[in-house]
This record gives sequence, structure tokens and C-alpha cells, in this order.
Amino acid sequence: MGLDKIWVFGEANGDAVATITLEMLAKARDIADTVEVFMAGDGDDYAEELGDHGAETVYATGDLDGAMQGVSVASAVAAAIESGDIDAPDAFMLGTTQDGRDVAARLSVKLDAPVITNVVDLEVDGDAILGSEPIFGGTVDVKTKNTSGKPGIFLVRPKSFAAESSGGAEADVEDLDVPDLGATGAAKVTDRFAEESDGPKLDEAAIVVSGGRGLGEAEAFQMIETLAKAVGGAAGASRAIVDAGWVPYSMQVGQTGKVVKPTVYIAAGISGATQHLVGMKGSKNIIAINKDPEAPIFAVADLGIVGDVHKVLPKLIEALNA
Amino acid sequence: MKVVVCVKQIPDPADPGALDPESKTLVRDQKLILDESDSYGVEMALQLVDTAGDGSVHLVSMAPNNEVGGLRTALAMGAESATLVSDDVLKGTDALGTAKVLAAAIARSEPDLVLAATESSDGYTGTVPEMVAELLGLPSVTFAKSVAIESGTAKVQRQTEAGYDDVECPLPALVSVTAGVVEPRYPSFKGIMAAKSKPVDEVTCGDLGIDAGSVGWAGAGQEIVSVEDAPAREAGEVIEDEGDAHERIVAFLDELKVL
Repeated sequence: MGLDKIWVFGEANGDAVATITLEMLAKARDIADTVEVFMAGDGDDYAEELGDHGAETVYATGDLDGAMQGVSVASAVAAAIESGDIDAPDAFMLGTTQDGRDVAARLSVKLDAPVITNVVDLEVDGDAILGSEPIFGGTVDVKTKNTSGKPGIFLVRPKSFAAESSGGAEADVEDLDVPDLGATGAAKVTDRFAEESDGPKLDEAAIVVSGGRGLGEAEAFQMIETLAKAVGGAAGASRAIVDAGWVPYSMQVGQTGKVVKPTVYIAAGISGATQHLVGMKGSKNIIAINKDPEAPIFAVADLGIVGDVHKVLPKLIEALNA
Repeated sequence: MKVVVCVKQIPDPADPGALDPESKTLVRDQKLILDESDSYGVEMALQLVDTAGDGSVHLVSMAPNNEVGGLRTALAMGAESATLVSDDVLKGTDALGTAKVLAAAIARSEPDLVLAATESSDGYTGTVPEMVAELLGLPSVTFAKSVAIESGTAKVQRQTEAGYDDVECPLPALVSVTAGVVEPRYPSFKGIMAAKSKPVDEVTCGDLGIDAGSVGWAGAGQEIVSVEDAPAREAGEVIEDEGDAHERIVAFLDELKVL
């Protein structure tokens, strides 16, 4: 039993479709007959890649000229459904990203439809859709059903599904007109800054080395970067040291940062707060180094080292670079 | 400048409680505290009003059982007053219902700026502030890592997947702030004493003109249908570093053939 139609919110990094979008398309193809994408920006730039992952049509707003995606895209979708230009899908899937959350929230109000958040799986049950959400740091799984009689809006966590090409043809591109937003459209982006580091991307690297409060001081984070380089991986961080201003937010792993599922995750000086575990529990192998034998991180580690990161890391770097 | 901050009072994250097996809602019968995420919004508001040289900071919260513990903390930091929506019909309210309640409470004071945290530490839907903006017809900038107000315009650095954007937004507006946007102050003894006598206006859904059918179980367009323990990840080998732990790590990486 499948659904007729799912709409997936498309996001892009430069000229490539964001991984989270491709992940959602893979799942949407599984549970719906027709999968379509709605997005900000120029649909032609992404029609081929989206088609190759199963999207038949891309509804795109065109350039937003600095306006926020949340209010623009949600208003455009609501207006198109209201005018009868398009039939509402059975469900919307959006990534748990800054813009994904904004679009979902505005759309929820406009359609008076519920948002089901932090979803890691979706299943069709008769004509209802269930979203699975891990709570209490992933120790308990909750299934939530959309009972509103409206299309469900599902916010999906990154890395929940494997992106996979479907070999589909280039998607058709349709205009998604943004109506006059009045006062709600007043926020404008005036400049954009990237905080990209060298080496593999944090959410794609096979090895991730993350540092936390146990490093003691900002300067000690250099050891994390050196180790990441030595193993050809990416450097990550706990929320505590991002909040403390040691490293930029783009390196944060966790509920409010990036979700990573590398082959190996090395956690150095990280205690393993729920917030952090949610972002890395899916790693195939976890190595933890922490002074405190009671640290929660050891409960999920395949190899736990009770020791001082300031002693272990320099020797490890030296051994790897030998 | 009038700033309203949305604050949530939650169970202490060190003791998060559990789901009620019958109703499948979070049991919140222990004493509630101010969600740490919201202390950033309160601090930001206090600093912005301070910089502006005039204005006030008002709090809005929705909580069961007329809980005011978390509100008193934020009042002790320096906020002037609070509105608390507490009503038995709110049990089971989802994010959209919560936003409807908060928006109705905020609308009564016609603020120049509404501040909120990006997400709560217990529900972390990360959608309520943007819903509130939509319900109030306000522009919004979410995920702010810094906020300044200059001649009636909010200048915000907004976190993005790649880094951050500079965003400008004329007031009135809603801004949601991330942890780390400012360093929240600790309430002083004087502040704690003063907070005891600050006004907390306790209202019901009826007072706000909210139909009971649009909130609580009745209004939530979603229902929890199952709760199960997730498969636990097995803990592996834990060793004490005797000066050679790095060798064990190298061997482990070798076994995985990732080097």
C-alpha cells in the first residue's frame, strides 16, 4: 500500500543537490507512486540530479533575491494549493536543517497541518503515515501518526536513509510563484560566509575525529585537526566548545549540529551528553578517549580508553605519522 | 523598545522523567526549571534593551500546573514581568498548538521584537518560533549567532549549513537565537529577591480567546501510536591507558582497514 504523492523539500550546496534531499528522495520513492521536489532557486540547475534520484517534477521559486526560504517557499506552496494549481501531496518531507525547519513551520501554520519532527523513518499504515522518532537520546523509539486529515509535514533527520540513484530521466521544471509576502518577507540576506575547512566534509568523511571540553583549552583543538589529517578524516566538535567559541558551528556534531555516520568516530575529551550522542550514535565504530571512566560515551564505544587526551593523542599522532 | 522572550519551563535534563504509558505524553510532575536554551534569549533581550537605552523585557511561557519556577529565574536575571498560560485543556498540545497559545499571549503586548531559543532541550522540534512568527504576521530570522539592533533594524548573523549569512530585518520581527549567542548572566541575590515581587500574569486559553478544541489532545493533528525501547548499542572493550593505549587504537584502525 503506497501513497499517491510525496513532496520533498529540495536544498542545494552551490550547484549540487544537498545530500539530505537525495536521502529523502530515496525513501519517498519507496512509499509513494509520485515524488516531486519543491525548492527555492533555479530548478533547471538541479533537474538532472533530482530526476536521477526519482523526482518527476521540480517546482522552483526562482531566485529569492535574499528573502528567507522559510516564508517564501511556504507561502508559494500554500498559494499553489489554495488556487488549485497543484493538488496537495499526501505528505511533505523536509530535512532537519535551518531552512527545512523554517519552511515546515510556516507551512504548518498556513495549512493548519501538524509537523512531525526528528523523524528517522516513515511507514505507511493503511492511508495514514507514521513517523519514527528516537527520544531520550535514542534509547526509546516513538511512532507518531498524522491524524489531522491534512497532509503530514515530516521533518527528517539527516543520514536516516541511504541516497541512491534511480536512473530516472531529468525532472520537469515548473514555476512555483511566491506571492506578495507583505511584512513577513522583510528579512533579507545581505552577505553569505562559508566556514569550510580543508579535507573531506564532516558529514561525508569515513573517519571523524571530534574534540570536546576535555581538551581544556582552544589551542588543544589543533591536536584534533592534526589527528584528523593523519587519518584522512574530518575534524568535529561537541556543542560545549562551539558555544565557548573555540571552533565554528560548522564543525558541531549533535542534535543541533551535523549528524555523522562514519566508519570510525573518534571522540576525544567528550563526555557523551545526549545532545552529542544523537549526532554520532550511528557510526559503525566508535573510539572514545576520556579521563572519566563513568563518562556516558563509554556506553556506546567499541573501544574505550580511560586516559588523558593530552597524553594519548600526541603519541597516537606520532605513531600514525611514523 | 519592547522585547518579549518565549521561555519554556522543563524538567531538569539530568532527570528527564519518562513517558506516561497510558497517555504517552512526557510526565512533567517534577519541579520545572528554566530551559537553559532560553537563558540565551533572556540575556540577549536584556542586553539589547540595555544598548537601546530604553525599553523592557517581558516573558511568555506555557506550562502545566501554574509552574513559575523557571519564570522566576528569568525574572531574577532582569526581565520585568511575565505572562504564564496554564490550563488543563493544554495537556497533549503539539508544536502548532503551542505556537497558537504563545502567539495569542505575545500579541497582547505588541512587542517590537520577539526572541526565542531555536529549540527546547526536551522536545527539540525547532519549529515553534517560526510558527509564532507566521501566526503574528512577522518576518523572522532563525538560528541567530549574533544580534544587534540599529535604527529599528535587526542585524543578525544566521547560522547556515556552510557557515553564516548576514541578515537584516526591520522591526517588528521575531529572532530565534542559538546557544552561544551571548553569555547568560547568573541571577544576583538582589535579582532573586526582586523577582519574588515581579508581576506574573496567569491566564487560561479562555482569557486568550483560544478555542479548547484547537489545542491539547483534541487539537493535536498527531498521535503517538507506539513507544518501544530502541535496540541498545553494546559497549565494547574499555581499557585504562598505561602509556600504550595509542598502540591499541592503531591496531583497532588497522583491523578495520581504514588506514
